[in-house]
Amino acid sequence: MGKFFAVMVAVIAIASAVPIVRHTWAPPVDISTHGHLIDEQLNDTMIEVGISFLAAQFLLALFVWKSSSASSKIKAFPVGPFWLVLAALVLVGTEVVALGAFGQKAWAEVYFRPAVPDAVQIQAQAGQFAFYFRYPGADGKFGALHPDKIDEGNQNFFGLDPANDVDSRDDIVTGELAIPVHREIHLMMHAKDVGHSFYVRELRIQQDFVPGLDLSVHFTATQTGRYEIVCTQLCGLGHYNMKAYLTVLSQEDYDKWIKDKAAQQ
Amino acid sequence: MAEASAHAAQHHGPPTKFIWKHVFSVDHKVIGKQYYALALAAVFIGMFLSWLMRLHLVNPNAPIWGLHFLSKVGAPGDVMTPEYYLSLLTMHGTLMVFFVLTNAPFAAFGNYFLPIQIGAEDMAFPRFNMMSFWTTFVAFCFLIAAFFVPDGPPISGWTAYAPLSAVGSDAGPGLGMGQTLWGLSIFIFCIGSLLGALNFIATTLDLRAKGMTLGRMPIPSWAWFITSCIALLAFAVLLPACLLLILDRIAGTSFFIPAGLVISDKLQPHAGGSPLLWQHLFWFFGHPEVYIAILPSMGIVSHILINSMRKPLLSHKVVINCMIGIGFLSYMVWGHHMFVSGMNPYSSLEFTFPTLVITIPATILTLIWLASIYGSKLRITSASLFALGFISMFVSGGVSGLFLAQPSIDIYLHATYFVVGHFHMVMGVASLFGVFAGTYFWFPKMTGRMMNETLGKVHFWLTFVGAYCIFMPFHYLGLAGNVRRYAAFTDDFLIPLIPVHRFITYAAIITGAAQFIFLYNLIHSHFWGKKASDNPWECTSLEWSIPSPPPWNNFGGEFPVVYHDPYQYNVKTESGKDYVMQTSPERVLET
Amino acid sequence: MRALLEPSGEPVRTGIWVALAGIGMMFVAFTSALFVREGSASTDWHHLAVPRILYLNSIVLVASSFTLEVARRRVAAFARGITHEVAEPLRWLYGTLALGLLFVAGQYQAWLGLRAQGLFLASNPNSSFFYVLTAVHVVHVLGGLGGLLYVIGKLRRPVFALRRSTIDSASYYWHFMGGLWIYLLLIIWIKL
Repeated sequence: MGKFFAVMVAVIAIASAVPIVRHTWAPPVDISTHGHLIDEQLNDTMIEVGISFLAAQFLLALFVWKSSSASSKIKAFPVGPFWLVLAALVLVGTEVVALGAFGQKAWAEVYFRPAVPDAVQIQAQAGQFAFYFRYPGADGKFGALHPDKIDEGNQNFFGLDPANDVDSRDDIVTGELAIPVHREIHLMMHAKDVGHSFYVRELRIQQDFVPGLDLSVHFTATQTGRYEIVCTQLCGLGHYNMKAYLTVLSQEDYDKWIKDKAAQQ
Repeated sequence: MAEASAHAAQHHGPPTKFIWKHVFSVDHKVIGKQYYALALAAVFIGMFLSWLMRLHLVNPNAPIWGLHFLSKVGAPGDVMTPEYYLSLLTMHGTLMVFFVLTNAPFAAFGNYFLPIQIGAEDMAFPRFNMMSFWTTFVAFCFLIAAFFVPDGPPISGWTAYAPLSAVGSDAGPGLGMGQTLWGLSIFIFCIGSLLGALNFIATTLDLRAKGMTLGRMPIPSWAWFITSCIALLAFAVLLPACLLLILDRIAGTSFFIPAGLVISDKLQPHAGGSPLLWQHLFWFFGHPEVYIAILPSMGIVSHILINSMRKPLLSHKVVINCMIGIGFLSYMVWGHHMFVSGMNPYSSLEFTFPTLVITIPATILTLIWLASIYGSKLRITSASLFALGFISMFVSGGVSGLFLAQPSIDIYLHATYFVVGHFHMVMGVASLFGVFAGTYFWFPKMTGRMMNETLGKVHFWLTFVGAYCIFMPFHYLGLAGNVRRYAAFTDDFLIPLIPVHRFITYAAIITGAAQFIFLYNLIHSHFWGKKASDNPWECTSLEWSIPSPPPWNNFGGEFPVVYHDPYQYNVKTESGKDYVMQTSPERVLET
Repeated sequence: MRALLEPSGEPVRTGIWVALAGIGMMFVAFTSALFVREGSASTDWHHLAVPRILYLNSIVLVASSFTLEVARRRVAAFARGITHEVAEPLRWLYGTLALGLLFVAGQYQAWLGLRAQGLFLASNPNSSFFYVLTAVHVVHVLGGLGGLLYVIGKLRRPVFALRRSTIDSASYYWHFMGGLWIYLLLIIWIKL
């Protein structure tokens, strides 16, 4: 049965690798400026992992096969433990350092620099179980948030106080995130109740909303289209249904959209 | 050391009344079996919950026959509500991580075999040992009680992130009494684990028999010792975290709850707390916890492999040092669970490097196992199959960690099924394979009877192939961006993935059913299995030098003397055997 | 390092250090929780006035360590037959017990004092940590008192049954509680 085990391990290893090699299930097309760094990192890692995975499983299969005959003889591995440790240290060590060092490019691009000064400022609010977005309007300024003034029934999702707060009078609140293509977006993230997360697969962006913390992400979309924003931080019974749509528009269409929305407020 | 053993003998002679012999026993062997029985109950409950989850996922609006008996509120008309899905998910994770993977490989087998393998009569503190089991049992009762409260079990996952877990019922069903019971259960579990860890450490350091130096301890004993050192410091952090969570829930404090939260149209009265504080405390425990789950299995599998291969591992010292290295590093990596959590992005890099570096001892271990199998004479049994299967599973589950260790890739893969696939393969499969291997291997010693080998092999093949069918596809789903902890797949990009989920569900049901073969084998063999000799596997360690099952005082009042290193296989002896037991005064002629 | 791993002959000696390591780690967790909480507090961090009785309690607890050490030496002298009256060491043990109980009572007074100022568990993060830290410490002090009672019980047996390792371990635990208290007092004074 040892030989059967060896065969099964080899078969399973190959079968596991097939969908990866054929990209049967893969990340969707990347529509961001930084996403290619992540995709390259993912692919490089997949190659190294793939080789390690297949090598380890095949060696397991081979050695079990060889050791499962009635005529198997006990013999020592040709190389001593010192060399194995050294091999692991050198091979894995360099692979690990390389992945870590080069991998931080994508991370740095997303997190180590602030948004550019002329980025489009948009605020996102996550609450059980919907996303809402706020644009500053013509004055370019966001009004203050007053949690005690939140009133979903009257569509005051953010808790704005236009009566007393001038800046909030022209704020535009929508349930859909529309952005212009090829322009950096600075998305400020506010959690209304519990933890949530902002995930757009095509943008290669994921960031938690943390109650009490002023977090933000920045990104630039490179293609127009409609994409799903889904919540990825367990937030309650409606977590599976909590989503919004990201619409990437040309600059003209975006300007029109903003004008239409402002008129509807 | 021998004197301490004698004192222990004076303190407790063999009990005769049922309650002292089988219920409140201070005998480490009985306690080990009690932990095993608790883990067995927990794993079948946890598996049943996962079946319910998988059935629901492929058809969220379909009734599951009889579900309303489990919860009228959670499954009206037998159709599972989304919140009940989350409840089952939470209980599944909690049961499996705490009551199965910490209990079975560590508390159950460790309690039974650590004292025997090192030549002791019992643990250092037998009464504390008894208390630690019953404390764990009470924790189990508190957890199960959450199923029966009106509001249902908690829905915040086994990770119980604040503020969802801290604010109370305003945030949704299951977050009332159920979440508090969860907090209390884990709080009590921590105490039981800390007592257990204390016992293991003191026993290993102080109760070794004459000639049993630390260097001569078998690998499982080393694994249990290292695991208990990790557990001591890890559970000591989860305990205060649970206390603070309970206080936030029932006493109105704000350790984890910030100001200005509006939940269900109500402004919460809390102020200034930090949700990230919970995450830091939880994961500071949580990451060492997963090594607590895997290290004993690594030890058990190494032990069984050596015995099955009839030759020692390429280097005993390197294996031990790797396990120690993993233990140390396990404390430096917790932030890799929090890359996108909003914590300082620079600290993410500080966590990446040790996370990647921990690959090195894991790789060395794998290379040593592989290099040891080369040139061996493998005896294929149910135990050795599971040990070999462990290596395959550990490789599969471990390599996916390389993706998640890098924060840039984690931006895409965090909270997807890729993560779920990773941890299920290493914990839910590899670690469990160590438990299965240990069961088939040590059952003859514990009961005096052999398990049925044919059934064992059937169990192995169904489980090995089945587990791959279940958990490999999780990685593919993750690459496609399938988000986890979703009660139903309604998003545009998720609907095309449902056929994959259907395949997984079929595999899960078949693989789960196969576990009943194991259960049947366990029970049937216990009463009617073939009688076992003292050393059916021709193994060298001390537990095989005593009768099957062992007498109440393990070594019959004698003080064992250890003459040899633990893995004297492939040796030339006067008696003609290919192995020498540690307690045999026989000389080794040559290796 | 080697010496640490050598068997100590009596497991309780190892056990007590392991237990203290665990307890210490727990308070490390509480301390880091405090620091993080202060960091996120922004507006609701309100320094509280340290109740003066805490200083008195500290002197009481430190004094109890001294009385315990005297007791230990008297027990050793009794065990070796140098002195013949078990009342001698017992007196010092009872004294330690009394000081320990006085400490617990004093802590309770401190809580009452805070209550009088309108500071309850949930009033603000400072009071929350004050109550939690002092309460968890007191729970462990009560455990230490239990250990002392056990030692006293053994000493009072008609046949001398107290092992050196028992009283040593109980003493290390008690001194650790005293040292831990000084650390907590510093934290309370500086941070809270």
